[in-house]
Amino acid sequence: MLRLFGSLHKIIVSLHAPVLRATRALILTFVVISSAPSIAQPVIPAPAGLADEAVTYINTYSNILQSFAANEDRETADLIAALALLEEPQVRTFLDTLLAGDVYVMRENPRVVIATRGEDLLAITDAITGAALGEVATRAVQRVSLNNSLRRTLRVLLADLDLESPDPAARLDAVAYLMSQGAEESKPKLEALLANEEDTAVLTQVTAALALLDLTSTDSVVRGQAIDAVDGNLNNAIRNALAEIAENDPDEALRVKARESLEGIADRIRWLGHLETLFFGISLGSVLLLAAIGLAITFGVMGVINMAHGELIMLGAYTTFVVQQLLPNHLEISIIVAIPAAFIVSALFGIAIERGVIRFLYGRPLETLLATFGISLILQQLVRTVFSPLNRSVSTPQWMSGQWQINEVLALNYNRLYIIIFCLLVFFLLSMLLKKTRLGIEVRAVAQNRAMARAIGVRSNRVDALTFGLGSGIAGIAGVALSQLTNVGPNMGQDYIVDSFMVVVFGGVGNLWGAFYSSFILGIVNKVLEPEAGAVLAKILILVFIILFIQRQPRGLFPAKGRGVED
Amino acid sequence: MTNNMNVRMNRLLSMATLSCAALFAGNALAQDTIKVGVLHSLSGSMAISESTLKDTVLMMIDEQNKAGGLLGKQLEAVVVDPASDWPLFAEKTRELITQEGVDVIFGCWTSVSRKSVLPVIEELNGLLFYPVQYEGEESSKNVFYTGAAPNQQAIPAVDYLMNDLDVERWVLAGTDYVYPRTTNRILEAYLVAKGVATEDIMINYTPFSHSDWQTIVSDIKTFGSQGKKTAVVSTINGDANVPFYMELGNQGVSAEDIPVIAFSVGEEELSGFDTSPLVGHLAAWNYFQSVESEANDEFISTWQSFIGNPERVTNDPMEATYIGFKMWVQAVEAAGTTDTDAVEQAMIGQEVPNLTGGVAVMNENHHLSKPVLIGEIQDDGQFEVVWATEGVVVGDAWSDFLEGSKDLIADWTAPISCGNYNTVTKMCLGATD
Repeated sequence: MLRLFGSLHKIIVSLHAPVLRATRALILTFVVISSAPSIAQPVIPAPAGLADEAVTYINTYSNILQSFAANEDRETADLIAALALLEEPQVRTFLDTLLAGDVYVMRENPRVVIATRGEDLLAITDAITGAALGEVATRAVQRVSLNNSLRRTLRVLLADLDLESPDPAARLDAVAYLMSQGAEESKPKLEALLANEEDTAVLTQVTAALALLDLTSTDSVVRGQAIDAVDGNLNNAIRNALAEIAENDPDEALRVKARESLEGIADRIRWLGHLETLFFGISLGSVLLLAAIGLAITFGVMGVINMAHGELIMLGAYTTFVVQQLLPNHLEISIIVAIPAAFIVSALFGIAIERGVIRFLYGRPLETLLATFGISLILQQLVRTVFSPLNRSVSTPQWMSGQWQINEVLALNYNRLYIIIFCLLVFFLLSMLLKKTRLGIEVRAVAQNRAMARAIGVRSNRVDALTFGLGSGIAGIAGVALSQLTNVGPNMGQDYIVDSFMVVVFGGVGNLWGAFYSSFILGIVNKVLEPEAGAVLAKILILVFIILFIQRQPRGLFPAKGRGVED
Repeated sequence: MTNNMNVRMNRLLSMATLSCAALFAGNALAQDTIKVGVLHSLSGSMAISESTLKDTVLMMIDEQNKAGGLLGKQLEAVVVDPASDWPLFAEKTRELITQEGVDVIFGCWTSVSRKSVLPVIEELNGLLFYPVQYEGEESSKNVFYTGAAPNQQAIPAVDYLMNDLDVERWVLAGTDYVYPRTTNRILEAYLVAKGVATEDIMINYTPFSHSDWQTIVSDIKTFGSQGKKTAVVSTINGDANVPFYMELGNQGVSAEDIPVIAFSVGEEELSGFDTSPLVGHLAAWNYFQSVESEANDEFISTWQSFIGNPERVTNDPMEATYIGFKMWVQAVEAAGTTDTDAVEQAMIGQEVPNLTGGVAVMNENHHLSKPVLIGEIQDDGQFEVVWATEGVVVGDAWSDFLEGSKDLIADWTAPISCGNYNTVTKMCLGATD
């Protein structure tokens, strides 16, 4: 226990040093040392055997790692500080690995190793020689731990190294990162870059980064020039620096100038904010549409109140999980494979539900409601028994994560973007199916007038089963999309059932386009309300709005027309 | 009138029969077993968290029976399923005590379920061990709170952010129910007392299972980009955490820029998804699986072999269940009986070693003294401890930072024997609400 608190205390102490100051000092030393390597002092004490020959002890990559491993109370901060002073090429790779969290020290026979995760064992290689050392159990090694301040230190170090990278994209990222961290000590390097840079994007960014540093200059003339230089720039760090000048600068003229510069971009930022809200709304709308569109078929076209609709979505999401488990090495395509798989699984469940239960209950909405509610509980418990009550983890493929950075202020999430496109595609294919194919014509015929359809030779039983299967299959596809946004667990269907009914009722029963417009209207209205009203109140307001709307327009936005409509 | 008489006669008769039956049954059972009630949801939305605690209690009972039982008898678990349905928790408590005759109950997770059990357990003079961190402002004679009170989790977490990470702007984000609302009320009062301006505090509530976090995360980003170091204090509960963290990752909010410290996210919650985008975000608990100690290693291996899964994680409420169970066993041994009043008095002052080092002590206010740890999420779903209190922190039933409760204390020893004693007026305010 004492040992525990002892080591914790050290961590606390190491964290106490203000992050910023530590990093700056580090980079300063780095810059100074790299120009004159001979004055490097060993930060990590020499190992016991070498202590007497301290004079001849040289801080090399291998020496630092050896003494780090040999030290009982190893401090990652010291290791990074020592390595930062070196110019050896392995250092860069090692720091990358360290940041990724793959550096370990062996407990017995201590040495620094780099490990890759296998099934149960870790495959390790020696960090100094690069020699493979076989596989060991997780307990045989101890990870070289990082915390937020160390991670930041590492990133600043790596960005500083990246300023000299041959790849312009890496240089651009490095300048942007150093800018966001306000790393003043990289200034000489940035100036050197400005002189030699050929890539225009990097050049613009470096100019902005240097102007940002000039904004905090003590010379008011330099500050004034910097304000001119950054005029119209949307970068967050620059805006904060301008706001600081507009508030507190001793020079009245500069305060006014900074204020004008800020006002100049205020409009653009407001508009970009509205655009962002619109995107959020469309994204929420596409999720609603995906969840509701299957219901628009089963409830809207067939008139079946299917309370198990949410569970069919859940089955689709679990299918995604299973497909990923079956294709562990093909994460990038597993989600594509999951789409038809989820359609088939949910459609089969849907057909089974229709043939097994619902067909006996046509025309008795209350009983259908209760029976399908029961089915939803059975499906939930089934999943709990088969997969456990815990949520399952569905991984997001690389191409779906991250953001599309349009400019400094506006960025759109790739996963949301793909889901909007996917949703539109599904909607398009579905409306084509209902419009152009024989099945679609039969479905519409049965929906309009069952008796007449039967009289002209449509097998309404078969059409009912297929329609229900189609609606359920679409719910399964929705599950694939939702698995990328939220939890995959036994209860996930419950979260979407009410929203789905809301969309269908608001849009107008029996009309796919109604569901289309109503989901996007509800999504956008919700997102416009949310910042002002809060998430809880926004939902309540939407519900009240729909109730009032239904009072005026009982058949929703797009009421079904024609002689077939019953009252 | 006659009707009334009839009813009363009937009731009397049935009571007489019942007590006769109970006498016989009691005698027969007394030789065999001591019954332990387990009141955790095994279905519904809380099953995800609570089913683990059910298994923990079963494991503890199993271990105790292997070690020779208690007072020369074997322990017998009576498991019921309150199905995440708050009123059902009260019904199931009544069933456990009156029909099953259990001597102690381990159960509940959400505060609303505990509030629902409270009147029943007090009326029937039962004993409940509540193993989850909660909002405080309560102390019942019949309940032992083995999870963290706000001063054992929320307050140290804020201190850490303020002193070690120099945080100046605060987002208090929570799920919309009693625990986050009370905790955030305490935190807001605490921050204001520490000199934080109200415009530097943003409070946000979301419904249970909220899944569309785009707007809120974007707001947090804007709030955090004003040049002052910003942190999010999250009391978001249950399922909603997964899409919240996913959105943080997708919008590129890194822990180095805006760290999120969570009070309801532990190893179990993280086992549901890939944590690499969350590395560096924080959680405050009294226990982490990653803490190295012999007791913890033994606990983890016992748990994994009991559950038959070498990957299964442990978490803070499990440790709280472990400590509560051990204390109850010690208190019953000390009292020599399972009688509620005797055990209740014997509980106070009981000591059990924590799994992370140090000793947990049951105080007069029915709350524990425990260490507070802060950990950073790692990419393997575990936490790396970055900060810990120097020793143990005494659980405080009534917050010192709220207007109505700062003069209140709970002390269940004579002469006060009260759950909400006002130290100014020297009066006991009576039963807790």
